[in-house]
This record gives sequence, C-alpha cells and structure tokens, in this order.
Amino acid sequence: MQSMSGAELVIRLLERQGVECIAGIPGGANLPLYDALSKSPAIRHVLARHEQGAGFIAQGMARSTGRPAVFFATSGPGATNTLTALADAKLDSVPVICITGQVSRPLIGTDAFQEVDIYGMSIPVTKHNFLVRSVEDLPRVITEAFRIAASGRPGPVLVDIPKDVQTATIVLSTLPEPAGPDPVEPPDAESLTRAARMIDEAERPILLLGGGVAASGASRAAFRLAERAGLPTAMSLLGLGAMPEDHPLHLGMLGMHGARCVNMLMEECDLLLVAGARLDDRATGQVERFCPKAKLIHMDIDQSELDKLKQAHLGIMADAGTVLTALAGLVALSERREWLARVAECKAAHPLLLPGSDDPRAPYGLVRRTGEILGPEAIVTTDVGQHQMRAAQAYPGLRPRRWLTSGGLGTMGFGLPAAIGAALANPDRPVVCFTGDGSLLMNIQELATAAETGVNVKIILANNNGLGLVQQQQDLFYGRRIFGSGYRLRVDFPRVAEGFGVHAVDLGTSRDPLADLERALLREGPCLVNVPVAAEENVYPMVPPGAANIEMIGGEAHAHAHA
Amino acid sequence: MRMLMPEDGTRPARALTALRLTVNNHPGVMSHICGLFARRAFNVEGILCTPLGGGAISRIWLLVQEDERLEQMIRQVRKLQDVLEVLPYAADEGAFTGLDACVEGWERGRTLLA
Repeated sequence: MQSMSGAELVIRLLERQGVECIAGIPGGANLPLYDALSKSPAIRHVLARHEQGAGFIAQGMARSTGRPAVFFATSGPGATNTLTALADAKLDSVPVICITGQVSRPLIGTDAFQEVDIYGMSIPVTKHNFLVRSVEDLPRVITEAFRIAASGRPGPVLVDIPKDVQTATIVLSTLPEPAGPDPVEPPDAESLTRAARMIDEAERPILLLGGGVAASGASRAAFRLAERAGLPTAMSLLGLGAMPEDHPLHLGMLGMHGARCVNMLMEECDLLLVAGARLDDRATGQVERFCPKAKLIHMDIDQSELDKLKQAHLGIMADAGTVLTALAGLVALSERREWLARVAECKAAHPLLLPGSDDPRAPYGLVRRTGEILGPEAIVTTDVGQHQMRAAQAYPGLRPRRWLTSGGLGTMGFGLPAAIGAALANPDRPVVCFTGDGSLLMNIQELATAAETGVNVKIILANNNGLGLVQQQQDLFYGRRIFGSGYRLRVDFPRVAEGFGVHAVDLGTSRDPLADLERALLREGPCLVNVPVAAEENVYPMVPPGAANIEMIGGEAHAHAHA
Repeated sequence: MRMLMPEDGTRPARALTALRLTVNNHPGVMSHICGLFARRAFNVEGILCTPLGGGAISRIWLLVQEDERLEQMIRQVRKLQDVLEVLPYAADEGAFTGLDACVEGWERGRTLLA
C-alpha cells in the first residue's frame, strides 16, 4: 500500500508513461503539481514564458517524436492561454496532453479568483477532456488521456484538476499500467481488393499523401506502393517529406501555393488515391472542381473524414501504413509509361520556380542555403505566412517528423516554441525555425526560454516589416489597398534577441552574407538571423481563395507577370 | 433540456430521424453532444435523456431532421469518447408531443418552486 497526494500520483503516472520533459508555467491552482514535480528524478521542467508557448513546446516534442507530450498551466488565464495551442493540435492531429490546475471543488461555479470553465471552453478544441472530480479518478483519467491522445487519429487531451484533488490523499496498492495507443484494426479485405483493381484499371492515377502518412510512419510503405503501381505522388502541406523530392515519382505539394504542374496534373488524373489527408480547402481549392475527372479512393483512420468534403468512390477506414502496405502487395506491377511521360512533360513545362535560389538574402535563397548548410538531419519548423510557404516549396530534403508546421489552424507564433520543443526532444539534431517578423512577435517571449535552455535553435527571420501574406492578398484581391498590415515601427530584432540573451546576426548589414549565415547556423545554441526582404515580393503560384486549383496565378515558367 | 415541435403542430418539412445514444453518465456529456451539433449548425428538434440501470450510463434520444449531413453528424457523434453507441431510427414527433401530457401532472399538481 502506498499513500500519496493526488499531485504526487499524477507525477508518478507521468513518469511511468515515459514523460521526460514538461513545459509549463506554475500558478496558484497547480502549485501542488509543481511541488510534486520538483521531486521527480525523471522529468525535467522547462519554464515557458506564456502558456501558449508551453503548448507549442509540447507540440514540438510530440510532432518530432510521435509520442504524446505534456504541458502544464494554472487555472484562469493560464488555462485560457493554452486554447490556441490545443486548437492547433486538434486540427493537425498532434498528441499533446494539457494538465491545468483548477480552483478547489467547493469554489467551482462561484466565480472564484482565476476560475474559468476550461473544461467547457476546451470541448471544441480537444479530442477529449476531463474535469477530475475525485482523487480516485486520477489513475484512470491520466492513463486514458495518454491512450486517447495517441490512438487512431491522434489529438490533444485536456485534464483539469482542482487544487483540492491535487492535495487529497490516495492509498493505492498498485499503479495502473502505462497506456499506449489502441491496436490498429486491419482494413476491410474486400475494399482492399476493390482498391487494387481500381488502381490497376486507372490510366492516369495520382497518389496524394497527407499528415496521416507522416503520423503513421508510412512514407516507406507509400513509396513502395507508388513504385510498384507507377503512381506519381503529390503531398499536402503536412505530408511534405513523405516521399523524397529526388524520387522519380515525386510530384510536390498541391494546393494554394503548390507547384503548377501538380495542380494541373490533378485536373487530368482519372484516379486520386488519398492517404491520411483530409482534403482541406487550402489543398483542394474549390472542392467541387477538384480532380474533376477522377474517381476517389480515400483512406483515413478517421471514418468521419471519409465523404466529409468529397464523396469517395471507395472509402477505407484504416491506418495509412497498414493500408498502403497491404495495397502494395495487391496491385499489379505497372510501368504506366504513357502517363508518366505526360507527368514528366508537365513537370518540365510547369516547374516550381524558385527565383534567387543562390542568394542567401533572397527569400528562396535563404531557405535553400540554410537547408544546404544544415544538411539532411535538421528539423525544420515554420511560423505562418510567406516564409512558411517558401520553406514548404524550397527547403531541400524535408522528412516526416522533421517538418513541423501549423497547417490546419495556421497559427502565427507556432514556429519558435515548436522549435524549442523539437530541440529539447532531439538534442542531437540542429533545429531551424523559419519565421517572419509578424509571426515572431506573436511568441517572441520564448526567446527567453531558448536562451535559458540553450537549445540549438536557429531562427531565420525573413523580415519585411509587415504581414506579408496579408499584404499579398490585399495586393492581388483588394485592389492593392495595403491597409492595417504594415508596421510603421521597425523593430530592431537583433537587439531584441540580444536583450533576451540570444546571439543575433543581421544579413542586411553583412559583407559576406553566405559566410555569416553559415557561421550562425553552425554555432552551438540559439541564434537569430535577421534577413530584410522586400514586402512587395509575393509567393507564387497562388490559387485565389475560393477558386479552383487550376485557376492559380503567377509562377509561370515563361514570364514573371505577377512577380 | 427540451426543445419541442412548433406550437401550432405543423409538421417539419423533412423526415425525422431519432438517434439513440448510449453514453457515459457524467456532467459533461450533454455539453459534448450539444456542442457538437451547435458548432456544426445542425439543429436538434428534441432531446430526451434518462439514466440507465445503476446510473453509470445514460440513454439520450436526439430527434433530428434528415439532411445530407446526417451521416457525417453520426460519424462525428461516434467519435466522442463518452458515446458508447449510436443507433439511428426513422421517427416522428409522437414521443415528444406525448411528453407534454406526461409532464402535465408536474405542472398542475405541484407548486412552482421559483
């Protein structure tokens, strides 16, 4: 028999789940948890500067390892500050567990100091949530939180624990076994046979890989199927890296800022095979006109994604790795010469253009050069905006679990804390965060966390002193009326970084920018590289919001009409 | 919680489906389910909720209009961790109209408490 407090029990259960690092911020309602955490020999605490930062640090750990990561916040404002990070994790299916302190049970519902109904508020942005009403519930709730976060389609779980539950005593003879994900169910055999036949009968098939392929560790299975059946392979933003770009069947990213050839070939294909992608509007454009000639085979572990936006001719509820492996064993070997010749022709005629690729002070060159210097082992995070799209288009050698970007929610402020989390979980790898000045300002306080932990994070700041992607839309679709999206004040980012104790380099004043970039990237510890870029430079191609993918503008090989 | 048919007794334009849910019985379940319908702008015409057996689980009947989004709604409801089973039935508003008669005794025989 062991007697302990609820808080001590929580920490013991987290240790048994293999948690090694928790980001968070203490406050009145979670101090018992912090007191118990202080005695843990196994778990390191990283003090974030904002609870949203703590949430994204946890996301960086979870996205880069595939295992659930935990973060802590106190009640009230601490808890409400976690919501954006939770919503982001929900939309991108990231397993994080947020443990919040709550006011003591007798005070719940009295508008007590720092009381909010975080249980109610977090319902729409979590996969599941708990308000722990009794210390006896803790063993079940904590293990359930880990099982739910990691099972099937992963997602965020919030556990709200009143302070008096944390301090209550519990006597247990045994602790529950650590929980893992539920076993995956095998896909329906008849559907697999049908899918294989549809692939064999198709003349112009395309395989589309999404974040689910990365989450399931299925990229090898995906390109085995692609190789066997001769399937040109496109990727969504979150699926990038699932097939290496030097693979002959690699097409690239589809959608709003995808390569022209990918969006064009989608128009021609007669079978679209989708694995682990939910056909979000940024990927499909106007969905009624997406792949108009194609039959759709949609494979997803979440049944509610099938037929949600586009009726599938065949929907298969399955784990991406399982279904892709099974299909590779069923399809006929096919060279598909005619279609692959057409694909090669289209790729050559309408490639993705990356002007200024060699110049480290040009937006694309900065991405390319950074990737070349850091090499294939680096983890890449981004914020949200033009720099994100450029990193998606141009970074050489992206890989699953090493490409962390906020896709569904598009959260500015994601990049820096996610990079810190990735670096904490992967101390042997360099981590680079591509950001813009608008995004960086949204969680800039985490520079202090980066400096304090000394993480090996390189922040590449493409600085146009404004909200570039907003300005791009105003430029293209609002009569060039650039309003409310440019900063009148120019922040001195290198000085700000140094004020936080982070080394900084300014390529704007550098005599040898490439050498300075290389030196900054290869030094140990956090570093900010400021690179002034022109606000007028738009990202192309671009599908106007609401338009069909085929109506993309800019990025033509023969002219730079919009550049 | 109860939302009823139009008071003039007009039938809704579309056919009705009753969803029979078996759920874990705790204070947050109703808000998970109602929130799901609300944020997807899917109207619920009637709700009945009663505890089953020892009270560890509950039965919830949701009366909804048939709609091309209904299958998607059912799949979303099935994803909720506290929902153990969802069964759709063709339905009418009968049970809910009858309900008025059932609660009439409460309204007539007891004092209004507040």
